[in-house]
Amino acid sequence: MSTNTVTSTIDTTEPSKPFWRRGWFKQYGGMLCGLAGLVVLFAVLSGSFLSVNNLTNVVLQVSIIAITAFGMTYVLLLGEIDLSVGSMIALVGTVAALAMSHGFSVWSVIPLAMLIAILLGMANGVLSATLGIPSFIVTVATMGIFRGLAYIVSDGTPISIADEPFLAIGNGDWLSIPIPIWILLGLLVINHFVLSKTVFGRQVYLTGGNREAAVYSGINVTMLKIKVFMVIGVMAGISGLILASRLYSAQPNSAMGYELDAIAAAVLGGTSLSGGYGTVLGTIIGALIIGVINNGMNLLSVPYFYQLIVKGLVILVAVYLDVQHKKHRG
Amino acid sequence: MWSVVPLRLLSEKLMTIPVLQTQAVSKRFGPVEALVDVSLAIYPGRVHTLLGENGAGKSTLMKILAGVHAPTTGSVLMDGREVVFANPEHARNSGIAIIYQELSLSKNLTVAQNIFANHEPRRWGMIDDRALLADAQRLLDSLHIAIDAATPVAHLSMAQCQLVEIAKALSHAARVVIMDEPTSSLSDSEAQTLFGIIDTLKARDCAVIYVSHRMDEIMRISDDISVMRDGRYITTVNRQDTTIGALIALMVGREMRAVYPPRPPMAATSDGRVALRVDNLSRPGKFTDVSFELRAGEILGFFGLIGAGRSEVMKAVFGTLGYTGKLEINGEAVRIRHPLDAIARGIAFVTENRKEEGLSLQHSVERNINSVNLRRMANRLGVVKPARERAAAKRWVQRTGIKTAGLEELAGHLSGGNQQKIVFSKWLEIEPRILILDEPTRGVDVGAKYEIYKIIRELAAAGTAIIFVSSELPEVLAMSDRLIVMREQRIVHQFDTTGLTQEAVMSYAAGVQHHVH
Repeated sequence: MSTNTVTSTIDTTEPSKPFWRRGWFKQYGGMLCGLAGLVVLFAVLSGSFLSVNNLTNVVLQVSIIAITAFGMTYVLLLGEIDLSVGSMIALVGTVAALAMSHGFSVWSVIPLAMLIAILLGMANGVLSATLGIPSFIVTVATMGIFRGLAYIVSDGTPISIADEPFLAIGNGDWLSIPIPIWILLGLLVINHFVLSKTVFGRQVYLTGGNREAAVYSGINVTMLKIKVFMVIGVMAGISGLILASRLYSAQPNSAMGYELDAIAAAVLGGTSLSGGYGTVLGTIIGALIIGVINNGMNLLSVPYFYQLIVKGLVILVAVYLDVQHKKHRG
Repeated sequence: MWSVVPLRLLSEKLMTIPVLQTQAVSKRFGPVEALVDVSLAIYPGRVHTLLGENGAGKSTLMKILAGVHAPTTGSVLMDGREVVFANPEHARNSGIAIIYQELSLSKNLTVAQNIFANHEPRRWGMIDDRALLADAQRLLDSLHIAIDAATPVAHLSMAQCQLVEIAKALSHAARVVIMDEPTSSLSDSEAQTLFGIIDTLKARDCAVIYVSHRMDEIMRISDDISVMRDGRYITTVNRQDTTIGALIALMVGREMRAVYPPRPPMAATSDGRVALRVDNLSRPGKFTDVSFELRAGEILGFFGLIGAGRSEVMKAVFGTLGYTGKLEINGEAVRIRHPLDAIARGIAFVTENRKEEGLSLQHSVERNINSVNLRRMANRLGVVKPARERAAAKRWVQRTGIKTAGLEELAGHLSGGNQQKIVFSKWLEIEPRILILDEPTRGVDVGAKYEIYKIIRELAAAGTAIIFVSSELPEVLAMSDRLIVMREQRIVHQFDTTGLTQEAVMSYAAGVQHHVH
């Protein structure tokens, strides 16, 4: 560290570090290299991997997890966790499908679904922030409650969807790029902006970095926590609509385990589970890494049981490398 | 099993050999010299008191004796032979028991289970519960502690926990017992029980190392008294040969160096307007009936020993601790429930622990400086203007003299003094009318201290009303216009600092004013 020897109060010229230890590259370089390595590996092993069609497919498959993981990034940044998102996705989808089967139009169903999603997230936030129950416990409980509600409203069976505009959400194209990818990109930009450029985003980082200091700095951490859970509610709601649309039906048993995939994507993307460190740019890279591994192994016809093991190992290795990296960051 | 090595027969011969001794022990924590060249001898069957202000090095010395820290240089001798404690376990097995201020009991277990934690009596490899209970009760009885060993610790009072803690320490064969302010949570009658325990220990030829700030009890129970100051050993005196006044003089006796900026006359800075009036502020168990006035342009010092309740009063004024009583700001009655209320009324609070309550160490200098004033850095939609942020950060880095490689440097990478300047900066950015400083120079090197003092003086000169809480007596005397002394959760005296001596203040803080006057 050079701070001890600096004599002027601010040294505005960047210390002469090599480019890979500076700024953007320092933060994302490792993950991008990992992603590129995987792409090269699968490109060599499988002829069809690098086709435009397949790459579009990878992003399309990743979009629902990545959008959920954007919401998870907020929650993890605050040092909290939300295990109920999988159930939330299923519940929002079934409610939307039910409403359409009763003749509501897609234009009234989308706002309704989003409102429900916000309320579900708010319920998590309020329970945790005002009653002082750890978010882990609250969301384990609501994970069961939301899933139960999804089974109840759908009577335990898939509800098929025939509404054309709604089906376009998950299956349509625009400029020959699937709509979910556009939604993904739009949310990436919005969330990155919110986290890095707004007061709300700053408060999330500061509170995750040191909750006590945030309280003393005049941040209302109770409200902030509720808002953050509302954000993940919104993201889960959008994921729920896309998933229902892609499946042509709402299934109460869908999106099982998505909460863990979302956490894995965020953590692979460098988000700290203890809060204060992480970005949605990192999260989307993390989600893409998972997507590429899934896709590549499918192309290579690796049996599903082995895929689970490989995915688990990749997460362990990536997080271990990140932990080492952070140790040396000082 | 619990036993104290029977040294009685050998004691006359051993009296001349210290049971425990430090030779030229020094300890550094990074750049901080916590102990410098301390040589001290502890004899069996005697109570040896360590006396010194907060930060004099007593705790560090105790932790070295208990094997928590290893000395940087110098050595520790037991029975005249050098020992190197690898860890606290090792020191304890060598016969050194330490009773910390913080309690280390498991609330979910019984008194007996706690006392013999990790060395329970066994039969056939299993814990012998009956022996456990019987041994624990015998130990408690022998120390005249009236507690049933089968009671769950959760049912005990703070004071009873403290006594159990002592019994726990003595469940190991102890030859040296170290007690760190053991009476701080005890009532008078419970303290009597403790003194009885100490007498029992002395009769068993155990050495007791005792740390306390209460002068009257020190005079009552000590045999030898060693004074420490600024990490250095000053002297050891025999209790019969000294007085409380003489001890206080030894304790605070440092010369006032020119480490403080000159003090302008009070009239020059203050227009006498009351910025903050505190009326009968109370919170059970924290502080009682606290009333004072703070004027614009004034520096009001708050002195007291640790646990006197100063920080708690400040937290109440800032809205992080509930209270009963009245607060008036600029003549207007206010109710402050959250730091947001306090900040909205122009109160800023530089907290005691900058790492816990002041900074986010993993974030940059710039982010930290702008953490309070975020709204003013943003437009109406809540979008932060990076240029505004950068300008503010730059301005404060220059103004307060923060030495950093850049605004993007992480706060955690800076030295204590520079970190403290960041905390100052983030609060000064809101242009506070009332600035509360709680131990603003703790862990800050001498040079940075001077710069911080200068900033404080400049703010007062500009009309800011300042509360200056400190445990460093010379500092609070040199900086304050008026000084409030707190002891045991109450304000015990208000001084005008002109011509005030350290001895006079200390006598109020330690509760022995009648001995001095």
